[in-house]
Amino acid sequence: MKAAVVQFPGSNCDRDMFVAVRDACGADTQFVWHGDTDLPGGLDLIAIPGGFSYGDYLRSGAMAARSPVMQAVVKAAARGVPVLGVCNGFQILTEAGLLPGALMRNSGIDFICRDALLTVENADTPFTRGYAAGDRITIPVAHHDGNYFADDDTLDRLEGEGRVAFRYTDNVNGSVRGIAGIVNEGGNVLGMMPHPERAIVPLHGGTDGRALFACLARTLA
Amino acid sequence: MTDTAAAPAITPQIVAEHGFSEDEYANVLKALGREPNMVELGIFSVMWSEHCSYKSSRLHLKKLPTEGPQVICGPGENAGVIDIGDGQAAIFKMESHNHPSYIEPYQGAATGVGGILRDVFTMGARPVANLNALRFGSPDHRRMKHLVKGVVAGIGGYGNCVGVPTVGGETNFHPAYDGNILVNAMTVGVADQDKIFYSAASGVGNSIVYVGAKTGRDGIHGATMASTEFAEDSEEKRPTVQVGDPFTEKLLIEACLELMATDAIVAIQDMGAAGLTSSSVEMASNGGVGIRLNMDAVPQRETGMSAYEMMLSESQERMLMVLKPGREAEAEAIFRKWELDFAVIGEVTDTGRMVLDHHGKTVCDIPLGPLADDAPLYDRPHVPTQPPEELHNVPMSKDIGADLLTLMACPDLASRRWIWQQYDSQVGGDTAQRSGGDAAVVRVHGTGKALAMTTDCTPRYCFADPEEGGKQAIAEAHRNLCAVGARPLAVTNCLNFGSPQNPKIMGQIVGCLKGMSDACIALDMPIVSGNVSLYNESKATGGGSAILPTPAIGAVGLLDNIEHMATIAFKEAGEAIFMIGYGAGHVGQSLWLRECHGREEGPPPKVDLDVELRHGAFVRALVAAGKVSAVHDIADGGALVALTEMALAGGIGARLDMPQLDNPGAALFGEDQGRYLITTSDAATITQMAEEAGIFLLALGTTGGETVGGTGFDVALETLKDANERFFRDWMDS
Repeated sequence: MKAAVVQFPGSNCDRDMFVAVRDACGADTQFVWHGDTDLPGGLDLIAIPGGFSYGDYLRSGAMAARSPVMQAVVKAAARGVPVLGVCNGFQILTEAGLLPGALMRNSGIDFICRDALLTVENADTPFTRGYAAGDRITIPVAHHDGNYFADDDTLDRLEGEGRVAFRYTDNVNGSVRGIAGIVNEGGNVLGMMPHPERAIVPLHGGTDGRALFACLARTLA
Repeated sequence: MTDTAAAPAITPQIVAEHGFSEDEYANVLKALGREPNMVELGIFSVMWSEHCSYKSSRLHLKKLPTEGPQVICGPGENAGVIDIGDGQAAIFKMESHNHPSYIEPYQGAATGVGGILRDVFTMGARPVANLNALRFGSPDHRRMKHLVKGVVAGIGGYGNCVGVPTVGGETNFHPAYDGNILVNAMTVGVADQDKIFYSAASGVGNSIVYVGAKTGRDGIHGATMASTEFAEDSEEKRPTVQVGDPFTEKLLIEACLELMATDAIVAIQDMGAAGLTSSSVEMASNGGVGIRLNMDAVPQRETGMSAYEMMLSESQERMLMVLKPGREAEAEAIFRKWELDFAVIGEVTDTGRMVLDHHGKTVCDIPLGPLADDAPLYDRPHVPTQPPEELHNVPMSKDIGADLLTLMACPDLASRRWIWQQYDSQVGGDTAQRSGGDAAVVRVHGTGKALAMTTDCTPRYCFADPEEGGKQAIAEAHRNLCAVGARPLAVTNCLNFGSPQNPKIMGQIVGCLKGMSDACIALDMPIVSGNVSLYNESKATGGGSAILPTPAIGAVGLLDNIEHMATIAFKEAGEAIFMIGYGAGHVGQSLWLRECHGREEGPPPKVDLDVELRHGAFVRALVAAGKVSAVHDIADGGALVALTEMALAGGIGARLDMPQLDNPGAALFGEDQGRYLITTSDAATITQMAEEAGIFLLALGTTGGETVGGTGFDVALETLKDANERFFRDWMDS
């Protein structure tokens, strides 16, 4: 399995994502710089990590979404290559048009870093087959702009097509319908605010994120 | 010749505005051999400010223990460096940003974090942890909620964005800080010992390079502001507070570390207080060389900036470095990749002078020797604090359960969840313990070992008895490190006091330093870096009242094997609870006396350094041997508060089974030092180990149930939790 972790100026979960993909997926993993126009050939996974790309200036993820590398990511996603965006990565994927909706300021206004209890809504995506539908998993969140919003038609379509991957059990940031993560129509692009790469080894205080990476390895190997 | 034609004449008023006493200005004239121009006056002003020169404290700081086999670099560089084995080093320091944070809490606190981060990565370390020690005034002071919200948001806003986890710290409330809060930020980084960078410039003709953000007009005279008391016009000083950009700092960290992986750098120094002035002067002075800068080449954010403004600006996220000959292009490519400014602005000279050129004229020509050597140094008069009388009329508790709830809900003991949930404590993936335990623990990336870190100080003890208080701050830091199983290694400090021109305050400084020094020697924790913040007094609140003496301690220890780490949470019901150390029921200066009886009286508890050392070693041995399931040091609020914190952390209650006590309140809430609580499933072994080691051990009771109870009290965990969470929740929602 071959994977790439995209680095933007201001990415800060890039190393954490790299370690998770390398160790939990067992993938041959490399970093890709935001200014590159091409991705390495033969990728099985593209990960867009968390952080504060471009300082979250303008709008979280807005400037990164216009980086040269993102055009290549959009093309790869269209070919069906799995793309995982976490936290700022989710924001970038919505800004790049790969996923619908937007991430607004948390309803509680403050930045929030804590464990979040999630319900696995759809266990039939390349990212979630390591779980069963209805599983409760604990994954940390750490964000200021994690309040997911989309219009009702979009939400109904997402729900109807089973594209809500994860939902907050205790809605930590005011997300509409408690949505924590969604996939695209093809099911190969997942954006989520919680950080599965922060729940891999016992040192993290929980290992519920490991199955996400492990099942990718099984699906894609 | 220095051009002075266009500059205003140096009047006594201008001299006074730059913070010089008459004697000090006479020394400027002597050092220069002539009258300074404005640029030179400004440079002398900041270099001889209390903030940069330590003129009131230097004499006493020299007495602190700074050496040991674990020390690679002690005070004098940007941060302290210690050996953590395997060819690696921990680099750390704590620094204050008090005055700016009172004026503009968000930016003041944010740039405090930014500044201390730069001190650490300047030396070649990747920052791995941030901590902070905060002191606020009374919660009902009209500005205090605004200050707390702003400071916490500022610390989070900066640290979260740069991607360094904020893992620990402490927060106190006391009316003495109503007009002058304290914001002390600490950063810990990790480097390879063969990749540590220092500030001494060398190599005549080598390029001096400016990297990072552009220079603007923000923060001019920040160091001078930090060196006086607050007056009524403190609000008007808002423009002297710098504005931080953590995004640029993140780029600067990555760019510097990328360049540091090569061997192109001769010397590097961040631009902190007094910006370009102090960085260039320190680099040249430390290297015993001269420096020539072309001010036209300095990247500028605004047009028409004068040399005076550029030299005194405290714009953030800037660094100065000396490169090896011919390495400029390679370095520039790295900084361009990270979209940062890069400019060769001067060169190292052999003149021993700092010469600045601007618009084709020399605007400054100062001999560096006298600038350093003639800097003021004061042996200010100091009056020792009278030791307080023994506490008379030691009170009794009417209701242990009610007192426990009062304590758990009081601002100094209330859960800090509201604060630390705003900090990203996990980024980096190595955080093993964050706020809420005795010490933060962060794994050294890619290894099985970990750094333990804590910040400690009990200002009310320091006020009552500076020497005992200074000792206690070090001892508590030692205890907190031992409690997680770490071997204490070294200390940084941030010495916050009032005006040194007041002999009583100076007496507090001398007393605290004496106590700290004794404790550092006894506990083998040398002081490797630090910062002094004086004039923490405010006329704005109508008092001219000084803060409590607050020598905040930041300590670092090492866990050789992260698998052997203790936490405070009860793990299982039915385990034995022991107290290590003897409690005589010391009530003086305790939170119980203050919160439940409204009295701030008596002497603080005495610290027995030999006991601290022995008990610490015993606890570490228990943790390493896997004989204990939880450990917590006993501090503010005494044994019953410590036990309740363990119960709440684990969601498991406890039953105390103790003999009849003469004064249960004093026994359960007294703050005697040198004590720990432990839990174990193997009471017999622990008892035997304690006997063999000659350690006083007291069986307190058993874990389990939904309450914390004992003779005459029984309080539900839910009630305790609600009391503990109530303060911040109610305050912030009100």
